[in-house]
Amino acid sequence: MNDRPILSVTGLSARVADEDPDILKGVNLAIRPGEIHAIMGPNGSGKSTLAKVISGHPGYEATAGAVVYQGEDLLEMEPDERAQAGVFIAFQYPVAIPGVSIANFLRTALQARLEDGEELDLFEFQELLMERMELLQMDPSFVQRSLNDGFSGGEKKRNEILQMAVLNPTLAVMDETDSGLDIDALKVVAHGVNALKAENPAMSVLLITHYQRMLNYITPDVVHVMVKGRIVESGGPEVALGLEEQGYEKYRRAQVA
Amino acid sequence: MPSNEVIQGLGLDDYKFGFVTDSEPVFRTRPGLDGDIVRQISARKDEPEWMLKSRLKALRIYDAKPMPQWGGDLSELQDTLDQTYFYVKPQEQMERSWDDVPENIKQTFERLGIPEAERRILAGVGAQYDSEMVYHSLKEEWESKGVIFDSIEDGLKNHPELFRKYFGTVIPAADNKFAALNSAVWSGGSFVYIPPGVQLETPLQAYFRVNQERLGQFERTLIIADEGSRAHYIEGCTAPVYSTDSFHSGVIEIIVHRDAYFRYTTIQNWSNNMYNLVTQRALVHQGAHMEWLDGNLGSKLTMKYPSCYLMGEGAHGDILSIAYAGDGQHQDTGGKVIHVAPNTSSSIVSKSISKGTGRSSYRGLCKVYDGASNSKSNVECDALLINETSRTDTFPYIEIDEKSASVGHEATVSKVGDEQLFYLMSRGLDEAEAMALIVRGFIEPIARELPLEYAVELNRLIELEMEGSVG
Repeated sequence: MNDRPILSVTGLSARVADEDPDILKGVNLAIRPGEIHAIMGPNGSGKSTLAKVISGHPGYEATAGAVVYQGEDLLEMEPDERAQAGVFIAFQYPVAIPGVSIANFLRTALQARLEDGEELDLFEFQELLMERMELLQMDPSFVQRSLNDGFSGGEKKRNEILQMAVLNPTLAVMDETDSGLDIDALKVVAHGVNALKAENPAMSVLLITHYQRMLNYITPDVVHVMVKGRIVESGGPEVALGLEEQGYEKYRRAQVA
Repeated sequence: MPSNEVIQGLGLDDYKFGFVTDSEPVFRTRPGLDGDIVRQISARKDEPEWMLKSRLKALRIYDAKPMPQWGGDLSELQDTLDQTYFYVKPQEQMERSWDDVPENIKQTFERLGIPEAERRILAGVGAQYDSEMVYHSLKEEWESKGVIFDSIEDGLKNHPELFRKYFGTVIPAADNKFAALNSAVWSGGSFVYIPPGVQLETPLQAYFRVNQERLGQFERTLIIADEGSRAHYIEGCTAPVYSTDSFHSGVIEIIVHRDAYFRYTTIQNWSNNMYNLVTQRALVHQGAHMEWLDGNLGSKLTMKYPSCYLMGEGAHGDILSIAYAGDGQHQDTGGKVIHVAPNTSSSIVSKSISKGTGRSSYRGLCKVYDGASNSKSNVECDALLINETSRTDTFPYIEIDEKSASVGHEATVSKVGDEQLFYLMSRGLDEAEAMALIVRGFIEPIARELPLEYAVELNRLIELEMEGSVG
């Protein structure tokens, strides 16, 4: 496996645009091709801010440090350029786009990747879509619904995973995809991620989660603990198990001291 | 080409259909309007005396009525009218088959992107080129069913009694200043008659196109759907760009007899110097059903409120309307439903999009007369604003004189959300594509009612418009 990181975050500080103070306070992180990293942390620790900054959300800004993706300065890229380069974010709270079906949206997204003048083959697209839905155990009628419009929390999450499966990213960031899912839905989502990973072993995954339970189904290579905008511990899956038993309390105390 | 160059190269003023095909008119009146011009028009058309009298009477009404002081800004309109040629007769004569249609007109159709399939799939294509029909064909089976689909001029010539019985009965000249103007100088348009019980699966289609600088376009359409009949009429048009103001003022009259169903679909895309002031109204009789599907793009100012007069018990009227106001444009549109008889029902769904300094106004009337018991009406108007400078207003007029009536009104205004744009961009769409997708989603409830090729055309126009909206 290539040793050069696909994503390297160094000394990253970031805040809500124009609002002090920084939420991220010097984050360091390196993800190599094919690795699964998990970032765990209590509410308000800055986990989701990291996902937003990687996605290029206009409501957040980096105040120091760098994010390099495949040798490119990610922070200089527009959100659509990041997506075109293979970065995918499964959002925690995806917004509704009334009147735009999932199928139409995904077709537009795939078409956007093609050169001007090239047309997406609709039959191939249809086949891909059906095959991806089968993989995720979804009803084919699901893609006829308007994007996130009136979706339950679970449907929104599954829709994000479906998009991920169709767009086939190089780096997938999953922002609390497990929150709000019951155990069955969680299993389906985890199964989907594992299946995609099996298909495309070079895909890197950054799992952001509050709870350890997601990690019962997706095994990370590296687990990071984030508290108050910093990564305070990194290690193997055993770190997550330790958290399960002891919670975040010891990290909080360590920081105060 | 880098994408930002593409975007800059497709500004709002860069009108997609901005071209003029060379066509020499064989006759036109001098600019401006008086009794002499009206006589010339009538004489050119070889009209019966009653029609000339009707025109002259309408001219007197037009002269007597003041310019409307409501709706959009009409302060510069008089100058436009003074320069308008009220009648232009094109060189080309009526054509019966596609092969006979002159080559330059075929080219015009081609450049407009009128689908090839049109000729094969669609049975009758009535195309209005300049002020008159030059190409008009009617499927044989329709003729065998007794359906009349003629130019308005031929309607008057070939079916004088039917014509006179209904002409001006839905929209009399005195209805409003522009109805009076149209009644005085009308030229071109369609005459449609569907006999009792006849059901048409394939829509009747008319394409027309204004192709003469400073040409006034005063099309007049009269449609009669007889008892128990069922049909769909589609009219779409695009206009080339002119440097001077242009003016379009149509009158559409429809009579939907007992238990008949009629749908009138129109997508209009005028160049942005056009005043578009149209009166369109349907009388809906007992148990009948009328649908207006109305799309307005372009123009400098559009004032257009399709109306249903629900005259007979159980009559139903639907009005679906989309308006798109780009930079400097004002779309003052909506609908009117008048409940005269008991158990009548109606619905208005209006969607408007304002971009740049564009302004859209919903203006609607729901009137329920005393005695129209158990009538129901529902109005839903949604406005989408693209930029901070975009504007929308809602003017719902509701007049209820009947206690048992039930009337609902719902209005929403939304902005294209930053979160929505970001979400779509995070999947690889650029900002213009994301914007276009959101707008298409917004109008989808109406676009899905359109025949496929029109929905495609509408989406394409909106995509082009959105390309100039960002950056």
